[in-house]
Amino acid sequence: MALHIEDITKFYGTNQVLDQVNLSMQDGEFIALLGPSGSGKTSLLRIIAGLQFADGGRLSFDGEDITGVDARLRRFGMVFQSYALFEHMSVVDNVAFGLKMRPRANRPNKGEISDRVRKLLDMAEISELGERFPSQLSGGQRQRVALTRALAIEPRLLLLDEPFSALDTKVRKGLRGALRDLQKKVGIGAILVTHDQEEAFEIADRIAIMADGKIQQFDTPNNLLRSPATPFVSEFLEGMGSYHAAGAGI
Amino acid sequence: MASGTLPSVAEHPQVTAFKRRQKVKRGALVLIALAFSALVMGVPVAAIFARAFQEGVAVYWTNIVEPDTLYAIWLTVLTALIVLPINIVYGVAVAWLITRYRFPGRRVLLTIIELPFSISPIVAGLCYLLIYGGTSVIGSWADEWNIQLMFNLTGIVLVSLFVTCPFVARELIPLMQVSGKDQEEAALTLGATGWQTFRHVTLPNIRWALLYGAILANARVMGEFGAVSVVSGNIRGETMTLPLQVQLLYDDYNATGAFAAATVLTLIAVITLVLRSLIEARHPHRH
Repeated sequence: MALHIEDITKFYGTNQVLDQVNLSMQDGEFIALLGPSGSGKTSLLRIIAGLQFADGGRLSFDGEDITGVDARLRRFGMVFQSYALFEHMSVVDNVAFGLKMRPRANRPNKGEISDRVRKLLDMAEISELGERFPSQLSGGQRQRVALTRALAIEPRLLLLDEPFSALDTKVRKGLRGALRDLQKKVGIGAILVTHDQEEAFEIADRIAIMADGKIQQFDTPNNLLRSPATPFVSEFLEGMGSYHAAGAGI
Repeated sequence: MASGTLPSVAEHPQVTAFKRRQKVKRGALVLIALAFSALVMGVPVAAIFARAFQEGVAVYWTNIVEPDTLYAIWLTVLTALIVLPINIVYGVAVAWLITRYRFPGRRVLLTIIELPFSISPIVAGLCYLLIYGGTSVIGSWADEWNIQLMFNLTGIVLVSLFVTCPFVARELIPLMQVSGKDQEEAALTLGATGWQTFRHVTLPNIRWALLYGAILANARVMGEFGAVSVVSGNIRGETMTLPLQVQLLYDDYNATGAFAAATVLTLIAVITLVLRSLIEARHPHRH
């Protein structure tokens, strides 16, 4: 059991954004947190990342309790909605950042770092962009750089916060497949936050549908369509049935 | 121009008349602005140099290297060297606090930072005298340890810190608000420590605004008269910064000396302007 989320609760002031959320994911599994805005999915992702901390509940990864562990020690690669690329660094330096920041004892030397960055850029098919700066990249290219940078730290888990929302529809569809392929190749689990049903259904092994700070249902795309657990789920997924029936899905 | 490329289009006479009126209005505004600027700023600045060099370059130079004036220059530079680093650290810390955290008193802090801009420097000087002077609680306590806080370099530094503390923070806050904390959070998830994040991500993003604020603060430290005048005690050859020295020389009926010293201050102002516009030209989006 890779990631285990137990009774996670979070308040902003008096406003409860997460209400005893439970979720467990398998090694190498691709999970989507799907829900309308304000459903708490981004808060949950940020708590998993260690950028925010829960007011109640427990997080564990591979048996280790990480509820209060610093983000920098979790080794969870994160792709931000804005991509959050370091604007003053070239693509190569962006990707190398995580390796360069390691404590001296387990920091690879310069040659090793540049080898690894080179390999990662090749794998993400952006090797020709190495010397460019983020401002010289298209949206799709930025997203690939952000993903590559997150993978460079050899993460134990990949966290994706609406990574497609800034892209136009055409680029979006192409990159979905690329993301899924890359995740499979690296062989780590991934959690994708999205409000786009189609995106979640196409990419994820299992989908957690969230509303009002709770997980309404957590299941495979097929089971969600076949037997929605609550009226909210069936309403939220309305229209997806025909999408699936048309064979456009997985 | 348009009539050459599009000969078939005839401008409506009303449009022609409208354009002519616009042209006259614009011309008048430009004229007023230029004349006013020249009268208010250009001529006086030119006059400083004219008066300073009136008796020749040699006399100008003897006035500059006059020991008291040289000492005043040194004291002014020394004050800036002490005040600026403190100011930069304070400015970064406050900007960080205000843009990255929500805490009670945040709005108050945001307002208080601006206080030195709206308070008369001479009032600030008097306040410092009241709080840190020999008769005050803090002053007499320091006195027991043989530390004098006013009428010396310490007093000048303290009051200079007061008048300049907003500069750096004010430049950084809007920038750090816009740039947000995404990049910093990204650095954390990539394994960087807080210090590494600041050093490699935050600082490079704010460096130009930081420099900009520091240059403005520097100009203010070196040029401050009112507040420094109150706390310095005006001891000749000891606590006279450059602006005070200018006043002193002038009161001594040494106008050439006063204007010679004034050229140094003016030069600092000009250098400040040049650096400012260089930064603005290189990083227009930052300002």
